[in-house]
Amino acid sequence: MKKVLQVSGVTKRFGGITAVGGVSFDVFEGEILGIIGPNGCGKSTLFNCILGQLMPNEGSVKLDGRDVTGMRPCDLNRLGVSRTFQLLQVFPQLTVRENLILSGQEHQGSMAGRLFGRRDAGLGAEADKMIGFFNLGHLAGEKAGGLSYGQQKLLDAAMAFMAGPRLVLLDEPAGGVNLTMLESLKERLRAINAEQGATFVVIEHNMEFVMSLCTRVLVLAEGRVLAMGTPAEVRANPEVVEAYLGH
Amino acid sequence: MNLDRIILLVSLFVATAVLIVLPFQLGRYGLYILSMWAVMAIGAIGLNLTLGYAGQVSLAQGAFVGIGAYSAAILTTNHWPMSVAVLVAIALCFAVGWILGYPALRVQHHYLAFVTLAFSTLAYLVFRNEEWLTKGIYGISDVPRPVLLGFKMQSPLRFYFLCLASLGIVTLLVGWLIRSPWGRAFVALRENPIRALSLGIDTRRYTLMAFAIGSALGGVCGALYAPLVEFIDPTPFTLGLSLNLLMMVIVGGAGFFAGPFLGAAISVLLPEWLRFTEGYYLLIYAVFVMGLLIYSPTGLLGILDKYLTARSTKKASAARASATATFGAQS
Repeated sequence: MKKVLQVSGVTKRFGGITAVGGVSFDVFEGEILGIIGPNGCGKSTLFNCILGQLMPNEGSVKLDGRDVTGMRPCDLNRLGVSRTFQLLQVFPQLTVRENLILSGQEHQGSMAGRLFGRRDAGLGAEADKMIGFFNLGHLAGEKAGGLSYGQQKLLDAAMAFMAGPRLVLLDEPAGGVNLTMLESLKERLRAINAEQGATFVVIEHNMEFVMSLCTRVLVLAEGRVLAMGTPAEVRANPEVVEAYLGH
Repeated sequence: MNLDRIILLVSLFVATAVLIVLPFQLGRYGLYILSMWAVMAIGAIGLNLTLGYAGQVSLAQGAFVGIGAYSAAILTTNHWPMSVAVLVAIALCFAVGWILGYPALRVQHHYLAFVTLAFSTLAYLVFRNEEWLTKGIYGISDVPRPVLLGFKMQSPLRFYFLCLASLGIVTLLVGWLIRSPWGRAFVALRENPIRALSLGIDTRRYTLMAFAIGSALGGVCGALYAPLVEFIDPTPFTLGLSLNLLMMVIVGGAGFFAGPFLGAAISVLLPEWLRFTEGYYLLIYAVFVMGLLIYSPTGLLGILDKYLTARSTKKASAARASATATFGAQS
């Protein structure tokens, strides 16, 4: 299988604290890789190192074999790498539709072209499709700040899928989402994975969500890779049970 | 077409009609004040773009008005046509504004305010001390009013219409910019730069652009200010002007398209209307502004926005309630 993302020996230190200590793993095309681990084990820092928000002290990140370590997030995004954040990150003063158009508008043409181009940057239809896909149709014209938490969370995820990314990193997509919404989110993720062949890396604490969605799971503890394997293998691993899952 | 839209269009029409008809009834001084309103509104529109839409605090807009005013005064007193002077003012302010945007890539909010404040002071010192260029504290007098398509714009009425037309053009251009994908990117920059960056928005370039375009409009404001007043010296371009422009944006409502028009009206016209109170007019004016900002920190249009939001929420919950009632009757 083709490697989409290769993370090798990534280390990030904050002062004397090593948040991420030499983490290496590969992500294969079309898979859904789950990353689990206790709070503070470096999951989000690892994401930030991969996505250019933070510059790792050591190690490298490769996308399709090309070194992208420390590349600016906006450039990385235009290469087809998209993400969501742990905390909600929608633009409250823009409408749902505008949030989605914004998420795709920088992916084509030049900045000057966008100034003189169409108001919806030619993305209106795609935004409407995404709105339909995430069941946000009745809210399309509402300001995102007026939506409920769960609806904003769906919008947040939908934004990451505009412009058809190849690799999506989701930081706790299920956090604070109720059960019905969770099922629908899982369904959407599966569908996008299957239909568009998009590859996912998902940080999540909700074990049921991870175990039922992911094809492989990586367990992080104290900034290091503790285990990696299928959901069943990881669940059976005594070290993982000890460090994270509990008895 | 809903009621809000009709009200908006009618009030726009009335305002435009007033701005076109009223001047014929006004004397020299009234025309001067109204022209000043149009000119300052252009400067405030520029700052509203930088601050209101893109969220970059600037205390330097007055300095750009100064740069624009000096460019126009120096060039036109040396017999260059006004059109060239305006283009030079725009280009110069755009370039300097772009450079001033660089600190904004590192510092934000009140720290950025201090950086731009320092620039404001620096610009004032240049206006005052570089006598070979600006004639220092003696100022540049007899700044000519332009000749446009063979028409002399010397009379107060004609010059007012030139200012009003300039404001009209700026309004259309900025309106178009705000509605383009750039406008959306500016708002994203204001609301959440980190998320914007992760969505492929080159926040660095948009920040610089927001500063450059806002400053260029400050330059346009200055290039009209010089022939309006017909004499310039460094005094009007102190920090005070920057603060005044900032106040126009905030009082009108930062991030609202019509904010600068209202803000400039309050800042330029209200003190004049209050003159009948003689010694008290500045005091009353200050109390009014303070009261307004305590009541509505989002400015005049913030009040309207709050009212409209409350109304639409009410309407939505009424719709929901009636839907629930129907549902209840059916089951």
